[in-house]
Amino acid sequence: MFYDISLYICLAIFIIGLIYKISTWLSRKTTLETKDIPTSKRLSSAIKGIVLTILSVKVLTLIKVFFLDIILQRKVFNEDFFRWLTHILIYVAFMLLLLMHALDKFITAPLFADYSATLNPFLFLRDLFGALVIIGICMAIYRRFILNPPRLKTNPMDTYAIIILAIIMASGIILEGTKIGSYSIYKEMVTDYAGLEEGEEEYKALTAFWVDKFGTVAPGLKAPFKDEIIEEGKELHEMSCSSCHSRPQWAFTGYIVASLFKGAALGLDKAGVHTILWYIHFLACFIGMAYLPFSKFLHIITSPLSLLANSVMDKGESDPANIATRQALEFDACTHCGACTSRCSMGIIIEEIENVNILPSEKIQSLKGVVSKKEIGEKDFKLILDGVYLCSNCHRCTDVCPAGINLEDLWFNMREDMFQKDYPEFSLLSPLSFYRGLMRESISQEDYKRPLIQAREAIASKCDLMKTPDKVVSLTPSDREFQDSLLLSDQASTFQGCFGCQTCTNACPVVASYENPKEVLGMLPHQIMYTAGLGIRDLAFGSNMLWDCLTCYQCQEQCPQGVHVTDVLYELKNLAIKNVYKD
Amino acid sequence: MKFALFLGCNIPARLTQYESSSRAVLEKLSVELIDIKEFNCCGYPLRNIDFKASILAAARNLALAEKEGLNMIVLCKCGFGMLKHADHLMKEDQSLLEEINNTLKKEDLEFKGDIEISHLLSVLYHDVGLDNIKEKITRPYKDLKIATHYGCHALRPSEIVKFDDPVNPTLFDKLVALTGAESIDWEKRLDCCGAPLFGSNDDLSMDLTEKKLSNARQSGADFLCNACSYCHIQFDTVQGMINSKGSENHPLPPILYPQLLGLSLGIDGETLGLGENKIDITGIKGFLSG
Repeated sequence: MFYDISLYICLAIFIIGLIYKISTWLSRKTTLETKDIPTSKRLSSAIKGIVLTILSVKVLTLIKVFFLDIILQRKVFNEDFFRWLTHILIYVAFMLLLLMHALDKFITAPLFADYSATLNPFLFLRDLFGALVIIGICMAIYRRFILNPPRLKTNPMDTYAIIILAIIMASGIILEGTKIGSYSIYKEMVTDYAGLEEGEEEYKALTAFWVDKFGTVAPGLKAPFKDEIIEEGKELHEMSCSSCHSRPQWAFTGYIVASLFKGAALGLDKAGVHTILWYIHFLACFIGMAYLPFSKFLHIITSPLSLLANSVMDKGESDPANIATRQALEFDACTHCGACTSRCSMGIIIEEIENVNILPSEKIQSLKGVVSKKEIGEKDFKLILDGVYLCSNCHRCTDVCPAGINLEDLWFNMREDMFQKDYPEFSLLSPLSFYRGLMRESISQEDYKRPLIQAREAIASKCDLMKTPDKVVSLTPSDREFQDSLLLSDQASTFQGCFGCQTCTNACPVVASYENPKEVLGMLPHQIMYTAGLGIRDLAFGSNMLWDCLTCYQCQEQCPQGVHVTDVLYELKNLAIKNVYKD
Repeated sequence: MKFALFLGCNIPARLTQYESSSRAVLEKLSVELIDIKEFNCCGYPLRNIDFKASILAAARNLALAEKEGLNMIVLCKCGFGMLKHADHLMKEDQSLLEEINNTLKKEDLEFKGDIEISHLLSVLYHDVGLDNIKEKITRPYKDLKIATHYGCHALRPSEIVKFDDPVNPTLFDKLVALTGAESIDWEKRLDCCGAPLFGSNDDLSMDLTEKKLSNARQSGADFLCNACSYCHIQFDTVQGMINSKGSENHPLPPILYPQLLGLSLGIDGETLGLGENKIDITGIKGFLSG
């Protein structure tokens, strides 16, 4: 009764959760161009897309992806054999346990007429699968908590996944072990199937046989037994028990537990520990199921969907409504396995720039919060935006994602979406924007230019002196701290050699591009070197020249004084960005 | 001859023909390439933002190659410049070296500064040698005029990169000339392609690119030859964008050096990824003899 009620409640939560999740895939928005597409249109586009794909030759691609990437996990195999083995052990063996053991009433029993959980091969297979899952879990624990490769982050969801699996498996195996030793279960079954009662001679013989051969622990009975008693017990066993019971040694994991607990078996039996374990076992399974749509186990459904969808969809060709739906689903397809982060070209810089959102595996988690319209404070939002922009667009995360998530597209769309909030993003003013430039035709001109202007303006707004046309500046260094930081820098310490000869400015192709360069660029290279010498921070930071420097090193190569002009400009850019971040 | 091949970020994602053509050419010239899949960003795009982060990224690559005991061959000039810069600075500044090594230690890596960092062109010129390449050329070009683009970050700052004479370099011209093509003299040959500003100031970036290309065109070039991922994408994809805006100029097709050399070595166009270029360069086959 309790079993049925809890089963149906958990099943209901599971189904409602799944429906809720599907509704979020059809409503969450990741791309600017699909902002106004209603859910109903997204649903009809999705159905149309699926039907048309299945009816086209693309179905062959789907079949291939299903076997190679979903069943055989090709992507994980190519990337990391240890992780592949871990995952295969857990998922294949758990699936087999689910089908053969948990759903035996619906699958195994109808398929095999002589099915009984306590008969071979089923008895042995159940333990074999269980052992394989346990090995997989141990490997996962080893990777996450002992090996702990650099930049692999473990969040509470990862720990939950390991714990719930471990509880299900451990409770099952210990339950089996206590049942093997249990005298009360033995007694009940002998009464039911052999019609024998405690105290009878035949009962004693059968019990001796079970204690000797089947691991039962009976009060007052201990090996060695006389051969004739065992012989008699064996006959009774073959008459009443053997048609349903293979030797428990075949259930090797449970048998090991039974052997370990032999001394305590009577006490455990009296205390009804096997009943408690039974509750723990099925409740853990039910809770795992009910919570599945909200946990990372949802990837059992979403990762295959993501792999299939990405194998047949193309940016530009597919319906934009479907791309938006796929991207919303991709957030739930992420298993936080860390494959992307381990191959991220930018991962290492987290050691210098403390922002966990640089790592793709963490970025996608944070962005999930952004699309689900969770309340995110300004500071966190900016950190996420910074993290999303600190990306060289090398595509490696996308290439290795075992769930087939097109991460690079997701970053691209989310960046543009986040720019709409009008927070300045300073990494835009670097070659990291090269990719965005190449993609500019997919962004409206206004949306393309606005963030670039905002970033420059945010920096310039900190430089009051730049705004006054007639400047009266003192000739003693006005900002010692600024000068000192330049002097200490590996790349800028040469600035003091500048005597303002203008060779750098004359060599600069950017200066040469304008008829009236001062108007566009503000300070010119030699002036910037000189203001740095004077310690006037505002003038050094506030010039467009800084951000329009090509870093072609013509100035530095030609400087007669050995000033590392380009490198000083680099350092000033770094300082200007730090200066705005400081506030 | 064995090198660790450093591809950087652009080439595998957006310029696969540079990798395939370089591999084909180097194989023909018996240069063995080792792939280190742990390599990360060279650090170059980070220099505007955070100096230390860029040095750290570069240093990790150097340390990875060092761990394998391999010298590095770099295809991209910006990546080459960055790696040389990091190598130079860490050898100069003990405290920077210690700080970086402290971080790298977490991954059992250490920068010692024992390896050479070379650009593809330097390897061809110095390690393989012009004569050895010339011997293998089966189909030299005839009547082909090439505008050779050096690329800023290979040439300058010369005291750090030590690629060639920064004022009058000849290394790349000689490599082009040995294929039978004529490497023409043109005013803007040492100027910047404009790529560093593409994405942050497109107007200026495209203006510089256009000026450079028209100078090459006016000087009689049939093709522009380069050996850098940023430069190539700028001359190829971005030139396409400039021309689609209604520029009156006909495109000047850019060709990657290993594509140019590869054809004269008798390697087929498909292996060299000629079809991957945005602006059609297949016309160059018409200049091949034999």
